[in-house]
Amino acid sequence: MFWRVALSIAIAQLANRQRQTLVSVLGVALGVGFFIATSSIMSGSEKDFTQRLVNNAPHITIKDEFRNPTTQPVFLAYPKGAISLVRTKPREYLRGIKNYGAKVEELSQRSGVIAEAALTGQIIVRYANKDVSASVAGIDPAKEKFLTQVESDMREGSLDRLKTTADGIVIGSGMSQKLGLRMDDLATVIAPSGLVKRMKVVGIFHVGNLLLDEGQVYVLLKNAQVLLDKAFIANQIRIKIPNPDDAETFAAGLEARWGYRAESWQEVNRDILGLFVIRNAITYSIVSAIMVVAAFGIFNIISTVVMEKRRDIAIMMSMGFHAFDIQLIFLIQGVLVGILGMLLGWGIGRGLLEAVSTLKFTVPGMSERQGFVLDWSFRPYAIGGLFALAAAVVAAWYPAHKASEVRPVDIIRGAA
Amino acid sequence: MVVETRGVTRILQEAVPVTLVRDIDLSVRKGEFVSITGPSGSGKSSLLYLLGLLDVPTEGEVMIDGQPTNGLDANALAAIRLRKIGFVFQFHFLLPEFDVLQNIMLPMRRLGTLSESEMRERGMTLLAGLEMADQTTKRPDQLSGGQRQRVAIARALANDPLILLADEPTGNLDSKNSKIVRDIFARLVSEQGRTVIAVTHETDFAAATQRNVHLVDGRIVKDERRS
Repeated sequence: MFWRVALSIAIAQLANRQRQTLVSVLGVALGVGFFIATSSIMSGSEKDFTQRLVNNAPHITIKDEFRNPTTQPVFLAYPKGAISLVRTKPREYLRGIKNYGAKVEELSQRSGVIAEAALTGQIIVRYANKDVSASVAGIDPAKEKFLTQVESDMREGSLDRLKTTADGIVIGSGMSQKLGLRMDDLATVIAPSGLVKRMKVVGIFHVGNLLLDEGQVYVLLKNAQVLLDKAFIANQIRIKIPNPDDAETFAAGLEARWGYRAESWQEVNRDILGLFVIRNAITYSIVSAIMVVAAFGIFNIISTVVMEKRRDIAIMMSMGFHAFDIQLIFLIQGVLVGILGMLLGWGIGRGLLEAVSTLKFTVPGMSERQGFVLDWSFRPYAIGGLFALAAAVVAAWYPAHKASEVRPVDIIRGAA
Repeated sequence: MVVETRGVTRILQEAVPVTLVRDIDLSVRKGEFVSITGPSGSGKSSLLYLLGLLDVPTEGEVMIDGQPTNGLDANALAAIRLRKIGFVFQFHFLLPEFDVLQNIMLPMRRLGTLSESEMRERGMTLLAGLEMADQTTKRPDQLSGGQRQRVAIARALANDPLILLADEPTGNLDSKNSKIVRDIFARLVSEQGRTVIAVTHETDFAAATQRNVHLVDGRIVKDERRS
């Protein structure tokens, strides 16, 4: 096969210009290496963040509300009629999810699905003459453990102690600090209904989010129902499903069936997920810029070689080499630089990742020192390599084509 | 006829059109040793490039081995050059990255009909015929001018061409090496029956050939055969 001849010529010509070849290879390698490092950091942190989003909150929350106000019957009867109703109020429903027990029961039957009825509302926690308003969530500790991270973020105590203590309450670290409220202290909880209850702190969590740490408390569902004066009512069904990526369709199915608004974690965090798209676009454009610079390096060396080798090109053509053979020789050189750069870049990328993985830094408000969460998969290597090869082919194409357009007579006449 | 031209004219289309050669009718038989002479700028080299299909005529036609070449594309012309024509230039044009043997094997590799060992063997035979058998692994820059030109001749012979075209092959050599190269061409003609057409401005060289074509201002003014 002729490409072996072209390859041997290409290698010989590159080997003759080791320094310049090395510089171009390094250019590509640095591009690939930085690409691997940045995209690993980016996609690692994205995965980590998504993980947190998915784990910190239920995958789906069914709420006791409706996405759209109910349509007036007249509009249903005459869908195309020219009807205008003014000053109508949507029908008033009793708040709460009807028959939530049966719904939870049914959802729990499905394999891998965890469902929990919850009641949320607002209360005031008072201790030592200080008040803090808080969101209260009445939950089932056995299920809440699987739905959110609260259990694993407990500093002291546990959710389970809610069950063993009469009138127990779990608070956040921020509230604990603000009120001077510690484990086993008795706090006064004031409900909007006017009910006042003494509750014992049985757990303190710290999730790292100020809003939650200062303003979220957990009690048993039945205690919440008493506090908020909503006996046998739940206003949320929190659901965890086996594959978080299915949450949107799962939620849509539930909403279509029961009518209650079902929010998937994707819907709730749409803004953050959108942010990731932009962040990825930024990463890729920066890396593309690096690769463009590397491509210019390849373009430069191939152009130089072509300029220098005009006589060799002329003699090969006079021997009977086709224009395409010549083009192939220089394209191969570009691809060789690309491949060498890619291989070296993989090494550099791996080295950078190893180095980055040892970095630890302090994030304000976080007690533990944090490191980068990295994506150790092969994807960045594959994409970086592909980038390098594509850049090499594109960069070598023009000079290689120029080489194939050399007219041997011009060169030989000029040299003689 | 291995080479035949009919009314070949080559005009360079520039701001002022330049006529390189005009109305060339030339027939060269197999086994002839032809020299093309003429003053500088008379179109000797231009004619040789036309005969070697490196350039195409503006008018007229060039036939190689009885085959008309008008209208053939660059790849078809290259294919004819590869099989039937060997070039030797004033400068050796050896590829500096390869040793002597690899340089000679290059046209064979492009043709791709021989196996690696056959190519190697043929290269060695060609070099031995030019008394260069002991230089096979040297690089071009380790050779003298005369040796390089002999390697260039061996390379031109690599694919056993019908016609050997030489453009001032001794123009860059001292008299001793000129004689060696001249004698090689003469031997290729007399012993192997090859056809050699050489452009030269050296009278010694021209005198060694059987036929001399003299060009002035792009036209053949004299075409004489010697016994």
